[in-house]
Amino acid sequence: MLTVSRLNKSYRIPSGALSVLRDVNLQVARGESLALTGESGSGKSTLLHLIAGLDDPDAGTILLDDAQISSLSENERARVRRDRLGLVFQQFNLIPSLKVADNLAFQARIADRFDAAWQRELADRLGLSDLLDRYPEQLSGGQQQRVAIGRALANRPQLVLADEPTGNLDEATADEVVQLMTDLVKASGCSLLMVTHSMRLASLLDRRTHLTGGRIA
Amino acid sequence: MTGGAWTLRVLFSHWTRHPMQLATLLIGLMSATALLSGVQAINTQARLSYDRAAASFGGGATAMLVPAHATTVPQSLFSDLRRAGWLVSPVVEGRVRIDGRQIRLIGIEPISLPRGAGPAPSIDQAALQKFLAAEGQTLIAPETAREIAGTEGARLETDAGEPLPPLHLASELSPNLLVMDIAWAQRALRMPDRISRFLLDSAAAGERTPLADVAGDSLDLVDAGAQTDLQRLTASFHLNLTAFGLLSFLVGLFLVHSAIGLAFEQRLPMLRTLRACGVSPRGLLAALVVELVLLALVAGLGGVVSGFFLASALLPDVAASLRGLYGASVSGELGLAPQWWLAGLGMSIAGALLAAAHALVKVFRLPLLASAQPFAWQDAQRRWLRWQAVLACAAFVVAAVCLTLGTSLVAAFAVLGGILLGAALLLPPLLNLLLRAGEGMSRRPVAMWAWADSRQQLSGLSLALMALLLALAVNVGVGTMVGSFERTFNRWLDGRLSSEIYLVAKDPAQAAAIEADLRSRPDVDAVLPSARAETKLSGEQVEVLGLADHATYREFWPLLEFSPDVWDRVRDGTAILISEQLARRLNLHIGDRLRIPSSGEWIATVGGIYADYGNPKGQIIVNVDQLLHRFDNAERTRFGVRIAPAKVAALMAELQARFALGGTSLADQATVKAESRRIFSRTFAITAALNAFTLAVAGTALFTSLLTLGQARLPQLAPLWAIGLTRRRIAGLELLKTMLLALLTALLALPLGIIVAWCLIEVVNVKAFGWRLPLTIFPAQLGQLLIVAMIAALFATLLPTIKLARIKPITLLKIFADER
Amino acid sequence: MNVRWFTEIISKAAIVALLAMQTTLSHAQGFAGLGEDVDGFAQVMPGKPLRFPADHGAHPDYRIEWWYFTANLKDAEGTSYGVQWTLFRQANKPNDNASGWASRQLWMGHAAVTSAATHHFAERFARGGVGQAGVEAAPFKAWIDNWQMRTLFADPSVFASLQVSASAKDFSYSLRLDGDRQLVLQGDAGYSKKSEQGHASYYYSQPYLRVTGSLVLDRKTIAVTGQGWIDREWSSQPLKADQTGWDWFSLHLASGDKLMLFRLRHADGKHFFAGNWISRDGRSEQLAPGAISMTPTATTRIADRDVPTGWRISIPSRGLEITTAPLNPRSWMDTRFKYWEGPVHVTGSHAGEGYLEMTGY
Repeated sequence: MLTVSRLNKSYRIPSGALSVLRDVNLQVARGESLALTGESGSGKSTLLHLIAGLDDPDAGTILLDDAQISSLSENERARVRRDRLGLVFQQFNLIPSLKVADNLAFQARIADRFDAAWQRELADRLGLSDLLDRYPEQLSGGQQQRVAIGRALANRPQLVLADEPTGNLDEATADEVVQLMTDLVKASGCSLLMVTHSMRLASLLDRRTHLTGGRIA
Repeated sequence: MTGGAWTLRVLFSHWTRHPMQLATLLIGLMSATALLSGVQAINTQARLSYDRAAASFGGGATAMLVPAHATTVPQSLFSDLRRAGWLVSPVVEGRVRIDGRQIRLIGIEPISLPRGAGPAPSIDQAALQKFLAAEGQTLIAPETAREIAGTEGARLETDAGEPLPPLHLASELSPNLLVMDIAWAQRALRMPDRISRFLLDSAAAGERTPLADVAGDSLDLVDAGAQTDLQRLTASFHLNLTAFGLLSFLVGLFLVHSAIGLAFEQRLPMLRTLRACGVSPRGLLAALVVELVLLALVAGLGGVVSGFFLASALLPDVAASLRGLYGASVSGELGLAPQWWLAGLGMSIAGALLAAAHALVKVFRLPLLASAQPFAWQDAQRRWLRWQAVLACAAFVVAAVCLTLGTSLVAAFAVLGGILLGAALLLPPLLNLLLRAGEGMSRRPVAMWAWADSRQQLSGLSLALMALLLALAVNVGVGTMVGSFERTFNRWLDGRLSSEIYLVAKDPAQAAAIEADLRSRPDVDAVLPSARAETKLSGEQVEVLGLADHATYREFWPLLEFSPDVWDRVRDGTAILISEQLARRLNLHIGDRLRIPSSGEWIATVGGIYADYGNPKGQIIVNVDQLLHRFDNAERTRFGVRIAPAKVAALMAELQARFALGGTSLADQATVKAESRRIFSRTFAITAALNAFTLAVAGTALFTSLLTLGQARLPQLAPLWAIGLTRRRIAGLELLKTMLLALLTALLALPLGIIVAWCLIEVVNVKAFGWRLPLTIFPAQLGQLLIVAMIAALFATLLPTIKLARIKPITLLKIFADER
Repeated sequence: MNVRWFTEIISKAAIVALLAMQTTLSHAQGFAGLGEDVDGFAQVMPGKPLRFPADHGAHPDYRIEWWYFTANLKDAEGTSYGVQWTLFRQANKPNDNASGWASRQLWMGHAAVTSAATHHFAERFARGGVGQAGVEAAPFKAWIDNWQMRTLFADPSVFASLQVSASAKDFSYSLRLDGDRQLVLQGDAGYSKKSEQGHASYYYSQPYLRVTGSLVLDRKTIAVTGQGWIDREWSSQPLKADQTGWDWFSLHLASGDKLMLFRLRHADGKHFFAGNWISRDGRSEQLAPGAISMTPTATTRIADRDVPTGWRISIPSRGLEITTAPLNPRSWMDTRFKYWEGPVHVTGSHAGEGYLEMTGY
């Protein structure tokens, strides 16, 4: 479903070009969950951003089903993100001025795909049912990340991209959140690509792949 | 709700969480819109009145034939023109005095009146018949009728003793105007067989003989849509208003810009999340524009409503000064067309979009991956300051070019605008330099921090400070101009009004009786007859004032330039004096020879130029006997009386009793002076009012900027708290820093204000009114304004500072947590 | 404040009614003023001899008066045209000799050019006393603005050799009228009865005019020739209060005879007929009211009115049995005071042409 081939990306820094990704190949099958591990600066977040269409690769292709992400326009990429992807960030990136319920529903709403029953089920399974009227700042980190996961899944995406989703959480909470996420991803039949530096969390997923120095090991 | 609406809802959710920011934005837009639309309402109302007054019976919409060299032409031209195929309708026009009050009188010939030339009053048929009937009719606006205590059917008489046809109230008529059949008007105005102008019905024209073959060069064709006298005279007044309205609008936009800028800055993470969740850049931009337009609509609605009330409050003053200055009658009631409301809303929307343009472009180009930390502010600020300085120089260049090359009033305002804009743009770089100097001089760490932090704060406060600078500078400028004007005007008035008593007789017979009586009294030092007439110089209507040959004038008359023996030559009729503004307009100098259209041929030299402040019309002064001799319908009815001041009251009482003089036909010097001052003080009343509003808006800008900045600046302050400064101390430092910035700004505003005053006096006034004043600086006034500005700044700073002093430690702690 | 004023002001006045009365007004007030009291104006009496050239001029002691010229013209191709030039005077006060704006005389001019397809018209208004409009008897000159009718020679008895011109936005004309025949007195030696109760006017004509000149229509100049007719009439109270309008013919018969006849319509349907038969030799004989029969044969719907534009006329005593057809049935004078006036064509026992005027519809 997701096929990344010969992907290259480098950044300009004062001392010249810094090569972040070198000929990266990657595949995620439908319904599969894949953990992408690596050291800090190994390029795993960059890879995730490229797949999400948030940045442009120097070379190589990213194929999401039939869509060639890197050759799409800004507006088309936005539509792909809206309709087919769910993003979970380390910093949660919730909208502080919206209540939990609205944060949860938000992406589904802008995609015009709001499904109340699914929404209720998500809130329920994420343990957010009693918190729907609160604002993000009134939630703990784990609760906030659960809201973010719910938002990513609310529009039933094909692929969830999670970038260090537990980076701001303690271990116990992290395990719980990742478990919840993988369960829900399984339940909704979508794929998951999670970036993490924790081998322990990676082990919770179907498959793992390791990135060092910009290459898949 | 569709996706787009949801995006909008997300955007709006920010405002519900930050009501203060929303208030700032709305207040800024509202005040900007209110001031500008208020001024526009006043201008529109005034123009409407001019159109009704001047353009009724010709002017605006109707083409006209006007006398080329004199004020009137013989009536025989009427039939000559008609028989040559020119479909003209005669109009006779002038002023009559009724109970001492000057009223414009127009005589029309309704049968030949072109369609659409009149004010189209819907007078009932019976009245129409009466208008033309032998008894006739005097049409009058109800408010004017009330003012002269006339009722329907009343038969008035002019002060000169001419009867008028019975009054008929016509609400469509403009104020201070009488309309009657030409037969009556010629009699009332004592202009038998004379025509003031012809209205031309071009719609029904067939073949016609060339105008020159019929009328020689005695008539000029004025096309429909040409400016009327009143419009020309008052143009500068309205331009003045518009300019200050625009200034207020600009200051308001500064406020809006800072509020919008801050809101966008705070919402950047939200906007990024929206983009990451799949809102397209185009969609996001559209949502932001819609949000802005909705806010602008709300603010605009509030703005136009406030503008309406503002205009209603100011209008009576404006109407009074227009009447005093230009004799223009402006109705005191606002009647506003729907276009005005729409224009107000449009202004609000355009202003909001303009103020947000920068932020919107930024959002459109928003990089999706934020660098977690804002990049070095030092570098960004340096670039920004350099850019501001370059723009400032450009503005100064524009001002300089307009100053040297421009001739119009618009160019004069461009000079003013260029200087103000340049100075405002230059303010942040200048403050930066000053703060850097302060930083270099300080040794203690907290002081160094304070200086450096002030510099960093500069970018956030600069817009509010710029607004403050503009408001203060314009206040200083206008204050200095008004002060200079008052001082000069009072001195001038003393020279000009040198007789102790002024009187106007009903007719020459009464005048002769009064004069004989006065001359027989031993206590009267001198009786100085004067007279008035009208003529035309280079197509411009000019007043002719006739003065007696007397030491009173020789000694006191405020001559600016003169040739030797000027008064002797004026007495002989070989020289005349001309007013400063007329000299400027017609480019006349001492020694120039002039042909003065009068009953006979009269060629005289310009012997002197005198100040005639506040008179929009050109004026010339001749000897009174020359005037009476050379102008047929001039009358010897006006006198100035020289008498010991102690005897003024007694003589006036006696004159009142013996000759039934009263009202405006008899006045002592003090009354006339007071009346003149009252009229002139109004000239700038509106300017002053607008200034006060502008200063208030600038104060609000400062206040709200500080309030919003306070929140954003907590990360900078938290470390200080952490290293052991008390919250009170931090708050004190903040207060000190802001006051320092405000003080520096105010100090810079003073010289700028003097420059503005110079610009107003030497450039704008000269072009607008035709006279120049000496510039006087009033240090006390400046000091006062400085104190007011500092108090305003203190009030603006106080609340945010108190908030800071009372901030909960937990909030500061949280900053460290969030900052990670 | 525009010309409408004038309309409304003088709508009460006689001049209006004489020309074209608005039915409502007419019904309410007879001829909207013409039926009013004489109010100190001079009265029209039988037996008073007309004197020329003095009577070519204005009669300010009478309330109303007009100078009326119509012509049936053809261009080189034989296309027909009609031309009208009229000047009306009305006094609002008897014996008004005031000059300047104080004059109570009002003047109104109408001009029209009619073709089969078009009907151009214009009107002018003026106050007396200031020279904008007026009439001088000798040498004859009548004018309003730049429209005028003036004599080229000073032979008062002929009342011919005249120059007539008018110009408006969309048409103009300049015509020369020539003739060598004497004036024709209408009615009984110039006394023209308008009712059995003594309403009357002074009335004379010059029907023997050869016309040459040019019209300008749509910026095209057209040379024309033809025959013309001048009517002069003045009175102080020519009509009865219940007379609602009239149908008036002036006809040039091919036989060389001229025929003037009119029908004054009464509210009660009993119409008043009158006319003069002017023989080839210039003899003018009054026709007895009973000798005239005028019957509408066709109507035209114009401006929400039914106007009888086709007529059958019979005068058995003269062996006349004719029908008339308009050159342009829409010869509607849509002036302040509306009426129908246009050229007609005559067939039947006599051929000919002429002008028809109908008011009060």
